[in-house]
Amino acid sequence: MSDSATLSPLDADGISAAVDAALAAFAAARDLDELKDARLAHVGERSPLALANRAIGGLAPADKAVAGKSLGAARGRVSGALAARQSALEEERDARVLVEESVDVTLPVDRVAPGGRHPLELVQEQIGDVFVAMGWEIAEGPELETEWFNFDALNFGVDHPARQMQDTFFVADPASPDGSGSGLVLRTHTSPVQARALLERDLPVYVVCPGRTFRTDELDATHTPVFHQVEGLAVDKGLTMAHLKGTLDHFARAVFGPEARTRLRPSFFPFTEPSAEMDLWFPQKKGGPGWIEWGGCGMVNPNVLRACGVDPEVYSGFAFGMGIERTVMLRHGIADMRDMVEGDVRFSLQFEGTI
Amino acid sequence: MPRIPLSWLAEHVELPAGTTAAQLAADLVRVGLEEEAVHPAAVSGPLVVGQVVELTPEPQKNGKTINWCRVDVGAHNEQADDGTLTPRGIVCGAHNFGVGDRVVVALPGAVLPGPFPIASRKTYGHVSDGMICSARELGLGDDHDGIIVISRLGLDAEPGADARELLGLGDEVLEINVTPDRGYCFAMRGVAREYGHATGAAFADHGVATPADTAPATGGFRVEIADDAPISGRAGCDRFVAQVVRGVDASRPSPTWMQTRLTQAGMRPISLAVDVTNYVMLDLGQPLHAYDLAGVSEPIVVRRAVPADRLTTLDGVDRALHPEDLLITDSPAAGHGTRVLGLAGVMGGADSEVGSGTSDLLVEAAHFDPVSVARTARRHKLPSEAAKRFERGVDPALPRVAVRRVVELLLEHGGGTADPSLTDVDRTEPVPVVRLSLDLPARLVGVPYTHDEVRATLEEIGCTVASDSGADVVEVTVPTWRPDLRVDVDLVEEVARLRGYDAIPSVVPSAPAGRGLTVAQRGRRAVARALADDGFVETLSYPFVGTHQHDELALPADDERRRAVVLLNPISDEQPEMRTHLLVTLLDTARRNVARGATDLALFEVGAVTLPTGPLVAPMLPGARRPSDEDLARLEAAVPPQPRRVAGVVAGMRERAGWWGPGRRADHTDAVGAALRVASVLGVEVRVVADRDRAPWHPGRTARIELADGTLVGHAGELHPKVVSALRLPARAAAFEVDLDVLLGAHPDAPVQAVPVSAFPVAKEDLALVVARTVPAAEVFEAVRVGASSSPAGDVLEELRLFDDYTSEELGSGQRSLAFSLRLRAADRTLTAQETAAVRESAVAEAGRRVGAVLRGSQDSGLPTA
Repeated sequence: MSDSATLSPLDADGISAAVDAALAAFAAARDLDELKDARLAHVGERSPLALANRAIGGLAPADKAVAGKSLGAARGRVSGALAARQSALEEERDARVLVEESVDVTLPVDRVAPGGRHPLELVQEQIGDVFVAMGWEIAEGPELETEWFNFDALNFGVDHPARQMQDTFFVADPASPDGSGSGLVLRTHTSPVQARALLERDLPVYVVCPGRTFRTDELDATHTPVFHQVEGLAVDKGLTMAHLKGTLDHFARAVFGPEARTRLRPSFFPFTEPSAEMDLWFPQKKGGPGWIEWGGCGMVNPNVLRACGVDPEVYSGFAFGMGIERTVMLRHGIADMRDMVEGDVRFSLQFEGTI
Repeated sequence: MPRIPLSWLAEHVELPAGTTAAQLAADLVRVGLEEEAVHPAAVSGPLVVGQVVELTPEPQKNGKTINWCRVDVGAHNEQADDGTLTPRGIVCGAHNFGVGDRVVVALPGAVLPGPFPIASRKTYGHVSDGMICSARELGLGDDHDGIIVISRLGLDAEPGADARELLGLGDEVLEINVTPDRGYCFAMRGVAREYGHATGAAFADHGVATPADTAPATGGFRVEIADDAPISGRAGCDRFVAQVVRGVDASRPSPTWMQTRLTQAGMRPISLAVDVTNYVMLDLGQPLHAYDLAGVSEPIVVRRAVPADRLTTLDGVDRALHPEDLLITDSPAAGHGTRVLGLAGVMGGADSEVGSGTSDLLVEAAHFDPVSVARTARRHKLPSEAAKRFERGVDPALPRVAVRRVVELLLEHGGGTADPSLTDVDRTEPVPVVRLSLDLPARLVGVPYTHDEVRATLEEIGCTVASDSGADVVEVTVPTWRPDLRVDVDLVEEVARLRGYDAIPSVVPSAPAGRGLTVAQRGRRAVARALADDGFVETLSYPFVGTHQHDELALPADDERRRAVVLLNPISDEQPEMRTHLLVTLLDTARRNVARGATDLALFEVGAVTLPTGPLVAPMLPGARRPSDEDLARLEAAVPPQPRRVAGVVAGMRERAGWWGPGRRADHTDAVGAALRVASVLGVEVRVVADRDRAPWHPGRTARIELADGTLVGHAGELHPKVVSALRLPARAAAFEVDLDVLLGAHPDAPVQAVPVSAFPVAKEDLALVVARTVPAAEVFEAVRVGASSSPAGDVLEELRLFDDYTSEELGSGQRSLAFSLRLRAADRTLTAQETAAVRESAVAEAGRRVGAVLRGSQDSGLPTA
């Protein structure tokens, strides 16, 4: 094929040769650039088949139909082959590019350091959710509290030995010479929220109160002056210690798993009668499975109900309280209280993934 | 807390042979007596009786003379090659014994208190094959030189016999924790009774009055009870028993067994009279006092203190007395009841103390009001053994029994005779009768106790139940040793306790349908989660602060955050205040983390602060009845506001450098961004304005966050460089603190009303506005927003962003160009070019009106547009 020799539209052999040449050229093209050259040469405006096509106009009317048909078929074959080759080469190229632009996905991607929640807060939220799922509500109260709510309403008389045992932080009265007598304390337990809940809410009352509490202990591996408790209170008609036990067992299973169970031991608290210490069966206890003290509980003392305007002849109730720190330490195998209170980010970050 | 030697307990209750302290603890815990500790036996290993068969004094070069002894220890003797047993050779430095005496020998393998292990050793040219023991070496007293010769203790045993058992040194001791309602368990008598309840073991009550203890008392030492200021109407003393014992040799030591028991119980043996009174107190629970009769003048007067009264207590401290203190006084020549002998129920005085020269004693056993004793003990910081018992309640029927026991023991070990006359001033009230519905225990505990079970249980603990067997409500007379049993629920606990708490079934109660978390509770959780998701780590800090911390934060002298609620008894005198803002303690946490090597930090804390508002004095009101609404309102008014806040600190690299390129240092945008995020999580629109005067922040890089009405929400921005350096934080550290209660108060209660999502095409427009550099971007933004939303095209502004802040010489000093991108879209049509132009014009015009903004490129200077 040369530029000088124009292919006649009636030259069937020539057309066939031109088609073969085009198909061969397309097949030989190794990439899209070569295919582009082949396309220009074989289907471009100056290509033999294009020129032959243009020459149809000069043919006798009788030849026009014949030539048109034969050239049309030839050009159809060529353009079909071109399209096929084009798409094959494009696919090849795309595949190659994807291979070429691959990266090492194992390189680190941590542009922003992760944040996280504190386990004491997470556990309080989880405990709240367990009780909310039972239809209970979450009650709240102030951390700096009146002595009446913290003690008197809870049947701790002024001279009750238990009132002295609480290691209370007292608030100074700015107007008194020695600062005493403000009637305000940092709450020593979350129990004042019991009295607040009973005074504020309509009966029956089923509430839990997780929150911060304070006692004058120096910080060491097992004590902290600022700690957390969760308080539970149910006051309704016909409640018994069996309901208390059932609630505690359910709570223990929710926090410590299906094997958990509780045990009650006689004890004393001014605001409950009968009172009990609650032990938790703890399979992971150091030195072998065993009972671990978890908190205190009992049937609400009638004096507490009276202080809150509830008739103990009609209503009964139970209450319980336990330390959140102890719960978290048991559950997560934390040996030293200080890790929880010093605010070291390395501690909190371990609990990423707690859901 | 009380220590219970097992052999002592066994005198009151049948204790199976071989019972260990651990077993006893397991039994007692079921009835509510918790184990505090198990104290192991004082001596372990072979401690035997030995008879001295040879004693050769050998003078040494150092001037000392040692005794080379052969001691026959029976079966423990040395075995010679031919199988015969020969006495052991032992070196001893003491000389108060001789051949033929039976002594206590610690053989190799024994461990004496210390712990001091005994082994064969070479000394003074011999192999000493054990040790001949003194009382001190066995923990039986301070007598170091005196070797124990057992005959002198009134004991005897064959050589080779177990001396641990002989001397009570093999006893384990259980220390128990007694709750405040169980005062009677501060004695063997009470613990033994409880052990009987726990196990069914037979209990012998040594505290029961014999006929002699109830006979009328006449002619004793005169005693007057003259309490003219009872506390809350309760007499300070309602019983006073006294008896004179004459001719006692008070210099004689108390018997070894008694000293051993006192030591095991944690008390130090002192003298015969003191040891005997202490022993009877530990045994029965009645605190006692012995006076030197020569130092006491009739009559004894029990009265409250008057202003001039002083007393030097047995601990040697001279004390001024308080009008509420109840005193034991006597009546010397100076007058009736003028000399103070002791603080009733708490501690005696030094002057009337029994000494070694005492021959006539006055023994006192009284019953005092628990509240009066508790207050005096607390006031004078004297938590004595007597006060511990009286404030928890002592059996008022015990004094005669206890005095009789003391007199018996004194006569037995000190000789002498007791006066036949006795003083017994008895003003005790009859024990109360409690009305109990026999159904109540089942109703409250949830175990179907029968009436017979309830009656039997109450009788078991010493109650008398009125015997009308058909009645549902019975009258229960409680035992004198149980002042804690006063109302029906107290008896319910006794039934539950003795029948066993493990009998209580487990039943989950069905609460009424709940309302779930409150908006505030959900909001606080959402805030914490959002910050954690943003890379902040949650920490907690103590709310205690001190002046030095305000200084470090450079708070001005008159800053309101320096006015704080102060604690009377803080953990540290350096930090007596309750925090008034969160940052002060959070920054301390940040500092600690940096000091521990953290370089890049993002922390937050959610917590309460305390504002010193209000009277800070709450009324004192009684319990057990509902306060009036006025009183409740006064209580509420006294509680200072404690708003909940969230604060954060961000320092170092906010985005890390890595293989992807350089990182980004934290700056004020991270703090402001976090604060705005908190607001948006709670659905509250806030405004940002510059605040040039808010410590501890940088005066030029601090935002005040406020509600639309100007209410302060909080602050955010870069910390002041001086504060950063004082706290040794990374440069350019930033922080925020916002008030969650303010934000939650502004949270729109109504649910969000959704705007339909338009499917028509978006039109994008960019605007560059030139304004004076002093104009805050937020004001320009607001002008553009308002202008763009109020054009003739209607409210078609879908999104507005400020994407560039540009200054240059061409713009002119004092000018800035702010570039905005607008996304416009109508709900019902495709916007026309005329409409988008109208939005632009309206935005530019509003910005011109509000802040003098000019469209960039349209300025008079004719500078080219960007």
